[in-house]
Amino acid sequence: MTAYDLFLAPFADYGFMRRALVACLCLGLGSGPIGVFLMLRRMSLMGDAMSHAVLPGAAIGYLVAGSLSLTAMGLGGLIAGLSVALLSGAVSRMTVLQEDASFASFYLASLALGVLIVSLRGSNIDLLHVLFGTILAIDAPALYLIGAITSLTLVILAFVYRPLVAECFDPGFLRAVGGRGPVYHVLFLLLVVLNLVASFQALGTLMAVGLMMLPAAVAQLWSRSLPVMMAISAASAAASGYLGLIASYHLELASGPTIIMTAAILYGLSILFAPSGLARRFFPRPHLKG
Amino acid sequence: MTPLIRLENLTVAYNRHPAVHHVSGAFASGSLTAIAGPNGAGKSTLLKAIMGELRPAEGRVEHRLGRAEFGYLPQAAEIDRRFPISVIDTVMLGAWKKTGAFGRIAPAEMKRAGEALSAVGLEGFGRRHVGSLSAGQFQRVLFARLLLQDAGTILLDEPFTAIDARTTRDLIDIVTRWHGEGRTVIAVLHDFELVRAHFPQTLLLARELVGWGATADVMSSVNLLKARAMAERWDEDANACAPEEAPAA
Repeated sequence: MTAYDLFLAPFADYGFMRRALVACLCLGLGSGPIGVFLMLRRMSLMGDAMSHAVLPGAAIGYLVAGSLSLTAMGLGGLIAGLSVALLSGAVSRMTVLQEDASFASFYLASLALGVLIVSLRGSNIDLLHVLFGTILAIDAPALYLIGAITSLTLVILAFVYRPLVAECFDPGFLRAVGGRGPVYHVLFLLLVVLNLVASFQALGTLMAVGLMMLPAAVAQLWSRSLPVMMAISAASAAASGYLGLIASYHLELASGPTIIMTAAILYGLSILFAPSGLARRFFPRPHLKG
Repeated sequence: MTPLIRLENLTVAYNRHPAVHHVSGAFASGSLTAIAGPNGAGKSTLLKAIMGELRPAEGRVEHRLGRAEFGYLPQAAEIDRRFPISVIDTVMLGAWKKTGAFGRIAPAEMKRAGEALSAVGLEGFGRRHVGSLSAGQFQRVLFARLLLQDAGTILLDEPFTAIDARTTRDLIDIVTRWHGEGRTVIAVLHDFELVRAHFPQTLLLARELVGWGATADVMSSVNLLKARAMAERWDEDANACAPEEAPAA
């Protein structure tokens, strides 16, 4: 088997592999940087909660449209994801519940509701698709949607970078100078939900957040500067997509889980070998004299 | 001296729990005041109310200052120091009034940020990551940000907590210089020695006002005993304050 057969042939030979690859690269570019911000804001769990929260909305869209319609499910997911994000934030502000507890409650409820709604009308196959995605079935309209969301994400991130960083780093100061932090917070939540909707068809509601959090964790292990972290995160998400697709093609594995497993392997390697990783801890370099 | 900020029967609640009761008085323009008191006395709450971040449950805060005219130093614990941001970027946040969320950063501002860093003794630290700084160095960075803000009214929340003696000395010098330049400075402090040594005016708080005026008068042993006695009486479950507790206007 030549290098060409191994690394390029699957994409040269099959349209569905090409579309899956483009989708993965786009998702990585958008979700990677978003994941870094999620992690820095200690909202990793919230990303998880929001990805599950997309499910009932998408399921209602599915019920209304009667098939796996991208527009209906995307729109439903967007509305449901945003409302859960805002509602659970409000619940934790107004009650004694900590934010993580209120998110956990919301995402369990929405996962159960979503599965219930899908199983009302659909088959078990549909349920599987909704939960774990169908990256090899991505068609041109889905690709346009993913591409549009990624472009929008990058443009908005570039535009609100300064206030978003200020809001993450020192919200008290931003409030004091009248910086309208909550506006950027909500805008950021909107981006998170949009990216989850984009990943939804590819990776399903259970793993959509995988291309956000795992690459972000990798980035945090390798760098101490935010722009570099965002670049590493996007690159490792895209690489996971490419390597995962190749592995799933040659080894005949399910694509979505293979992609996430690849991201997880990159994460494991980073834990071992990154500058702040374990290898450095167990085999310390001799320190300089003086 | 003309009053810059006037408090009128100010009551502030935190999580619907009244934390500061019926405070009245005024901060003179150009004054250097310490807000002192035992733990849980509502000092930070009062500071946030002055700044307009917390709404009064009762009474008023009166001043003619816009939000951007306050320089504010948050409590160190409110900031995540592991955030991946460089020292110079942190200082540059002080130019927010000029740059806003989207404006360009002029080279002159960049130069001023460098000068502010030198003024707090951190020349050449600009490219460093804030996570690599000690607590004292980080506090110096936040003071550099205040220098860049160049505000006429400066509010400091526990500026000298958990930092080394030398940094405390240097930062107090900066506060004294601000006072000399005619800026109004209000600092929340729990270290009574620092208050006595460096702050001409004191507002002694134990959820209610114990005393407000010249430090030597306010920090009398009678008042301090009173503040401690009030702190020991605090009942966390008390809801609204009874009408008879309110001082006659």
